Amino acid sequence: MPDAHGLLHRLRRRPESWLLAVIVLACIVLGLLTPNFLTLSNAVDLLESYSVQAIMALGLFVVLVSGGIDISFAATASVAQYVAALMASSLGLPAFVCIAIGLLVGVALGAINAALIHYLRITSIIATIATMSVYFSFLMYFTGGRSIYSLPDWWVTRVTFWQTETADGYLVRITLPIVVFAIASVLTWLVMNRTAIGRQLYALGGNPEAARRIGANIAALHFFAYGFLGFMAALAGLLQAHRVAESVPNALFGGELAVLSAVVLGGASLMGGIGTVPGVLCGIVLLAILQNGLNLLGVSPYFFQIVIGLVILVSTAVTTLSARSGRRYRLAHKEPARG
Amino acid sequence: MAERAAHPDGGLGSLMATLRTGLPGGAIGLPLLLVALVAGFSLFVPQFATIGTLQSFMYQIPMLGLLSLAMVVPLLSGGLNLAIIATANQSALLMAWIMTATMPAEPGGATVALVIVGALLAGLALCVVIGLLTGAFVAYTGVHPILVTLGTKSLLDGISIYLTRGTVISGIPPIYAEIGNMTFLGLPATFIVFALAAFVLAVLLQRTPFGITVVMAGSNIEATRYSAIDTRRTLIGVYLVSSILCFVASTVMLATFNSASAGYAQSFLLVTILAAVLGGVDPFGGFGKVSGLLVALAILQVISSGFNQLGLSNHLTVAIWGLVLIAVMAVQTLRASGFFSFGGSGKA
Repeated sequence: MPDAHGLLHRLRRRPESWLLAVIVLACIVLGLLTPNFLTLSNAVDLLESYSVQAIMALGLFVVLVSGGIDISFAATASVAQYVAALMASSLGLPAFVCIAIGLLVGVALGAINAALIHYLRITSIIATIATMSVYFSFLMYFTGGRSIYSLPDWWVTRVTFWQTETADGYLVRITLPIVVFAIASVLTWLVMNRTAIGRQLYALGGNPEAARRIGANIAALHFFAYGFLGFMAALAGLLQAHRVAESVPNALFGGELAVLSAVVLGGASLMGGIGTVPGVLCGIVLLAILQNGLNLLGVSPYFFQIVIGLVILVSTAVTTLSARSGRRYRLAHKEPARG
Repeated sequence: MAERAAHPDGGLGSLMATLRTGLPGGAIGLPLLLVALVAGFSLFVPQFATIGTLQSFMYQIPMLGLLSLAMVVPLLSGGLNLAIIATANQSALLMAWIMTATMPAEPGGATVALVIVGALLAGLALCVVIGLLTGAFVAYTGVHPILVTLGTKSLLDGISIYLTRGTVISGIPPIYAEIGNMTFLGLPATFIVFALAAFVLAVLLQRTPFGITVVMAGSNIEATRYSAIDTRRTLIGVYLVSSILCFVASTVMLATFNSASAGYAQSFLLVTILAAVLGGVDPFGGFGKVSGLLVALAILQVISSGFNQLGLSNHLTVAIWGLVLIAVMAVQTLRASGFFSFGGSGKA
C-alpha cells in the first residue's frame, strides 16, 4: 500500500530513524551546553579518532548480519598490526608488501574462525572466544609484550588530503583515517546492498535453512563474512599504528565490547539478518558524541561507562520492542520482511 | 531377541549410548583426559604429584569455580551472564566499604561479628536486587541475555569505578581473612564453601522442579511456555541464582585478596565460559551438569599448575586453554556427525 502513510510507517519501522532523532537531540543539547561541541574542527577530530573503531564495526556488522558473532577481531587486528610492523621494522620490506601481509594475516585468521564455525559446527561466540584467547595469548607470548617504536616513515607520516583554517584559527584536516573509513563504509554498503553475496548473507542470517534451499553456498558465505571482518580488523589495526606511530601488542585489546555495542545500537540484530550500514554509522556516531560531549562538559571519564551501560539497555529494549510491533505491522499488511 | 542383545557390538553400542545419555557432552572423555594430564605432568614435573600441589589446587579453584557456577545456570537456560565478575566485584566493594567505614575504633568481639554479618547481608541484598532486575529485564523485554548482561556489566563496572575512582578498598577486619584462610580437616574454608555451593546447585538443578524448568527453557522456551510453565518466572529465577552465586564468590574473593576492587578477576570471564563448555554444558542451553563442570575446572587447573611448574608463560597457558576448548568442541561435533552414530544432535 504505497500511500502517504506508507512513508511515515516505513520511517518509524527503521531503527536508524529514531537513532538519528536521538543523535540530533544530543547534538542540540550538547551544542547549547558547550560552545566547542558544534564546531567543524571538533566534528572532524571526532571522526578521525573513531575511524579505527568504526572500520572494525563495519566488519563486525557483516558477521552479525550472517547470523554469527565474532569476539576475536581486536586480537586479529593486534596480530595483523604486529606482524606488519615486524616486517617493516626488522626486515625493512617495502610498504606495499607490509600492508599486503598485514591484511592477509587478518583474512587468514578470519578464515580460521570460519572453518571452526562451518566445518566443526562450533557456536560462533564460543569459537571466537577460544580463538581470541589463542590469537592474543600467542601474540603476547611470542612478543613478550614488547612494543615496536621504530616504524618506517611511510607508515607514520600523516597524510592530509585537504585542509582549511576556520575563522577562529582551528586547523581542519581530512586525513588518511577519515578517507579510509569513508571508503570502507561505501565498500561495505555496496557489498551488502548491491551484490548477490550481500543478499545471500541477509538470507543466511534471516533463515539458514531457507538460504540453503535457495542454493546459497553456505561455506563460501561463512568464509566471506569472517574473512571480511578479518580484513577490516587488519585494516583498522594498520591505521591505528599509523595514528599513534607505534605498535603496542595490547593497545586494541579489550575494545571489543564497545564496538559490539555500537553495532547493536545501530540496529543490527544479534539474531542475524537485520541491520544496515547507515544504522551502524549512526551507532558509532552516537557513542562518539556521547563520550566527547560528556568530556567537554567536564563529566568524569569514569562516568562514561555507566552511560554506555544505560544506552545499551535502553536502546536494545526499545529496538526489540519496536521490532516486535514492526513485525505485527508487516504481518497485517503482508509486506515482505525487507524491501 | 536374546541373541541380538548378547551380540558384542550391540551390547557395547547400547552401553555407550546409555553412558552418553547419562553423561552428556562427552563427559566420559573428560575424566580420562584429566587422568592422562595428571599422569603426564607427574612424569615430567618432579614436584607435581605431591600433597602441596593438591593443597594449592584447593586454594586456587574456589573463586574461579564459584564464578563458573554462576555462569552455568544462565548457560543451561540458553542465556549467558556477562555481568558475573562485575556483580561479584560490586558486592565485594560494598561489603569491604561497610566493614571499613562502620567499624568503631576499638571494637569488641560482638561488634566485629555484627559488622561482618551486616556487611554480608548487605552484599547478599545487593546481589539479589541485581539478579531480580537482570532477570526481569531478560524475561519481559525479550532482549537477548548477551546484550542485557553486556549492559548491566558496563553499568555495574561503571558505578563501581565511578564510586571508588578505580582504587582498591582494603583494611577489612583481620578476623574475616583469618576465617577465610582457616582449614578444616586439611580443607581450606574457601574450598568447603565452593564444595557446598556446588552440591546445593547440583541438587537444585537436578532434583527440583525449578531445575527441570530451567533445562526445559534452555531446550525450547516456546514449548516450555505452552506446557503451562511461567517461563518469565523461571528466567528471573535463573539470574537470581546466578547473582547469589556471585555473592558467594565475592565473600571468597574478599577473604582471598583481603581487599576489593572493580578490576579484580576480570580475566576470569572468558575462562568461566570455557570451563562450562569444556564440562559439557551445551552453549545453546538445555544440557549440562555440575559434575561435568567440576571435572573441567580440575583439567584447567592441572594444565595451569603443570605449565606453571614447568616454568612456562601464563600467556601460553591461556592459549592452550583456548586450543583445548576448540579440540573438545571439535571432538563433540565429529562424534555427533558419524563417528559413533548417524545424525546425533542436529543443532548447528
